[in-house]
Amino acid sequence: MKQIAEWALGMAVARGASHAEARIVNERVRALGTRNGRVAVASEEESLGLGVRVLCEGGWGFAATQELTRAGVERAAALAVEIARASARVQREPVRLVDEPAAVAEWSSACEVDPFAVPMEENFELLRRIDRTLTAVEGVTLAETSMIFRRYEQWFYSTEGAAIHQTRTTTGAGFSAHAFEGDSIQTRSYPNSFGGQYQTKGYELVGELRLLENAERVGRECVALLKAPQCPEGRRDVVLDSSQLGLQIHESIGHPIELDRVLGYEANFAGTSFLTLDKLHTLRYGSDLVNVVADARPEHGPGLGTFAYDDEGVAAQCVPIITGGRFEGYLTSRDTAAMIGRERSGGHMRAEGWARVPIVRMSNVSILPGEKPLSFEELIAGTEDGIYMETNRSWSIDDKRYNFQFGCEAGWEIKGGKLGRMLRNPSYSGITTEFWNSMDAICDRRYWTLWGTPNCGKGQPEQGMGTGHGAAPARFRQVKVGGAYGS
Amino acid sequence: MNVNVTMDQQRCAEIFERVRRAAEATDVEVAVKGGRSALTRFANNGITQNVSEEGCTVSVRVQIGGRTARATTNCFDEESLRRVVGQAEALARVQEEDKELLPMLTAAEQGSAPVLDRRCAETAAMGAGERAEHVEGMVAIARRDGLNAAGVYASGESFEALFNSHGVVRWHTESLAEASITMQAGDSSGWQKQNYTSAARLDARALAEIAAEKALRSARPVELPPGKYTVILEPSAVVDLIGFLAADFSGLALLEQRSCLNGRLGTKLFGENISIVDDVRDAGQTGPGFDGEGVGRQGLTLVENGVVRGVALARGTAARMHGSETEEKVAGTGATGNASLPAAGARSGNASLPAAGARSGNAALPAAGGRTGAWPTGHGLSLPNEGGEAATNIVFRVADGDRKTVEEMIAATEYGLLVTRLWYIREVDAYEKILTGMTRDGTFLVEGGRVGKGIRNFRFNQSVVLMLKQVLDLGAPVRACGEEAFDMVAPAMRVGGFQFTEVTRF
Repeated sequence: MKQIAEWALGMAVARGASHAEARIVNERVRALGTRNGRVAVASEEESLGLGVRVLCEGGWGFAATQELTRAGVERAAALAVEIARASARVQREPVRLVDEPAAVAEWSSACEVDPFAVPMEENFELLRRIDRTLTAVEGVTLAETSMIFRRYEQWFYSTEGAAIHQTRTTTGAGFSAHAFEGDSIQTRSYPNSFGGQYQTKGYELVGELRLLENAERVGRECVALLKAPQCPEGRRDVVLDSSQLGLQIHESIGHPIELDRVLGYEANFAGTSFLTLDKLHTLRYGSDLVNVVADARPEHGPGLGTFAYDDEGVAAQCVPIITGGRFEGYLTSRDTAAMIGRERSGGHMRAEGWARVPIVRMSNVSILPGEKPLSFEELIAGTEDGIYMETNRSWSIDDKRYNFQFGCEAGWEIKGGKLGRMLRNPSYSGITTEFWNSMDAICDRRYWTLWGTPNCGKGQPEQGMGTGHGAAPARFRQVKVGGAYGS
Repeated sequence: MNVNVTMDQQRCAEIFERVRRAAEATDVEVAVKGGRSALTRFANNGITQNVSEEGCTVSVRVQIGGRTARATTNCFDEESLRRVVGQAEALARVQEEDKELLPMLTAAEQGSAPVLDRRCAETAAMGAGERAEHVEGMVAIARRDGLNAAGVYASGESFEALFNSHGVVRWHTESLAEASITMQAGDSSGWQKQNYTSAARLDARALAEIAAEKALRSARPVELPPGKYTVILEPSAVVDLIGFLAADFSGLALLEQRSCLNGRLGTKLFGENISIVDDVRDAGQTGPGFDGEGVGRQGLTLVENGVVRGVALARGTAARMHGSETEEKVAGTGATGNASLPAAGARSGNASLPAAGARSGNAALPAAGGRTGAWPTGHGLSLPNEGGEAATNIVFRVADGDRKTVEEMIAATEYGLLVTRLWYIREVDAYEKILTGMTRDGTFLVEGGRVGKGIRNFRFNQSVVLMLKQVLDLGAPVRACGEEAFDMVAPAMRVGGFQFTEVTRF
């Protein structure tokens, strides 16, 4: 791989690039799934290629190819320089990068059981058993199960001398039950919606999730939702489970803190951000209990945003985002950090694969668990009149990340400190900073889970990315609920 | 082997033969797909990202008895091809037999596909310099008006070849040029987006002019209370809403009872003025004239004068539907794939389905002679899949005499809103098809038949089923793009009682 990179970097410099990076990626994905007992997903995919990013005359250029011969690589590098020169024609000021030590490193994510080595018969047998358990529940009209394994191996070289070889193995698994009756389609998923839980782990994750053990309960809850009363409309105290809080973090903290959005780079697609530069270190983002970090380091946990180096060679860091409720940091890259006078990037440049250029992305953007001991049972016991909501069903937020609305799969009344009857179609909405300032309790570390969001979309051409979000169940006071079905 | 990403059909056929030789399975399907694309992205009136990518994959599906699996690689050397075939075979062999899985499509069964000339050589060959010129043109308009522009200009080409061991051969190639732009003023913005198979049709400066006008006109937006408003939805807004409904026009979604059309086939679900077809041959459409298995794509009437007439059907779905209660309902609506669209050439997919005697394998297709049941429409996804089929060539039909311009819709509106685009649309309720989302980049008050001030953006929670009962006026259908759904040929709409539930801060 080093030879391929040398061809690319050599040609880029020869054509006039002042800086060049070569990323070679070898990716393998296996996806399996069933629907009502039939195999619906059975695929393997592998992809090997090179992306060359260059700076020339102060403009960016990027070209990607899968033709890894000397001719193919040099053609891509020369094209990247030609593109950079075209960029420089329509540019306000030359790109500047903050310094980063050129790392020479080898790193692999922890993986106890290689998911690609597990017999596929075993994979399918587990999925079939879950599927059968779900469809055996009277009233379940559709059962879906899935597993996905991914190995992402990357070699990064730069004209600054970086030589980084990283391998990340990720695993995802989960299931859903659907029930249709009359004028209602209801869904319950486990352990999360949209495919379940995803982490940077091996097959050991599948065992930890206890999928089969939860299948019958989830099927029954799905059917029960058909008869459950509608979530009321009004203002209530709301308790969110950790997976829903993870997505709340993703949408109303993770995206607005992306510095490229703040600087207008995403204005035409993903949008901008209400977190203008004047709000840094001054905005009261949330209550005193809200402490959020963007932490890519392995010690944060096996999140989908865990790595040793980002895709422009910056070492993984823990960046404080919200401390004691105050807004303290952005997600940055080497060029955006320079624009706001920072000395170093926070290490948030990530690319979907070899064919795509790195852009500012979340790593693991997590809320820290409560420091005081608080169990889920104590959290509910301390809530007089509220609604507990679990598992995301819909999510929407405006292009500056102020106004959001989330729907969940299931809700339960909380009356006098106890969980009561189930509610269907629960939803809540609000304004980002008002919502986070209403948080008055969060469970301790025992209840904290590092969730994976595998499908975050951003950029043009659009790139999908996996991000991590650690969260524990938390309570928010007097939140607007039921508006999604309101008149 | 070096891979030219613009390889021709002959080279793809050679790859198919190499895969076939490497396979132990006798039933083999190979899809070779590739292309190149480039995108120049700008923000703050300057280019910020400029990328080019090329790639090509070979995707192998094998079928062993009632078991099928797929493996894909972008490496074309002999070892990689052997490996990918082995992966597909291994993945198929470990499965339990699926008694409903049909044998692979045969050449006799595939039907003719429309020949669609959708590649423009000049568009495919466009370079970084030319894209930068288009960006310069758009940015110049922003600078002239004191605005801040962000957007893209993209170009590229793609090809797709499909072969199988039963003689199916399909080939398609096309090019695409796309521009989108957001013009930003201090507290307002305007947006436009368009794409065509030929860059010659794409007028980036004209898009920039419209976006600039919207940004300037919506400056100093006022806040209105949430509630029900008459709205004029420009085609981009219509596309992004209808995209969430299109997935329900699927036979498998009906069988799995996840479609909002369950119990509603053949009923007048929408207003009399709503007629929607799926027609890959429409001049405003893109894409190949065959589906993921190679079945020729047919014209399909989805909605006729408000009545749900048809759904897309993959081969496997049609077979599974055979003899079911759902088939009777589908058949009763005329949803046989050849419902009411002309052009016999595009409909011959039905005619060449095998006769009953020729049907081998695990599942039975409906009798070829009396086409009274559910028949494949050529909208199947590549196997194996979770979705079954999809109607992705949506075209609204509006009679010439019924078409209103946006200006006429505005003139007819005493008090309402003009909406440029919608954003972050998600499904709130799967059966009532309640969608939520935001307005964005140019939302205006319409008062006394005139466009007035810009307004702060609203959140909507609106049943799209209900919306299509409340359409007051329709424009001329045009090729339109949003950011939430696939491109369609859709009109502007004036809709009564569109429900906004919240207002945001800008």
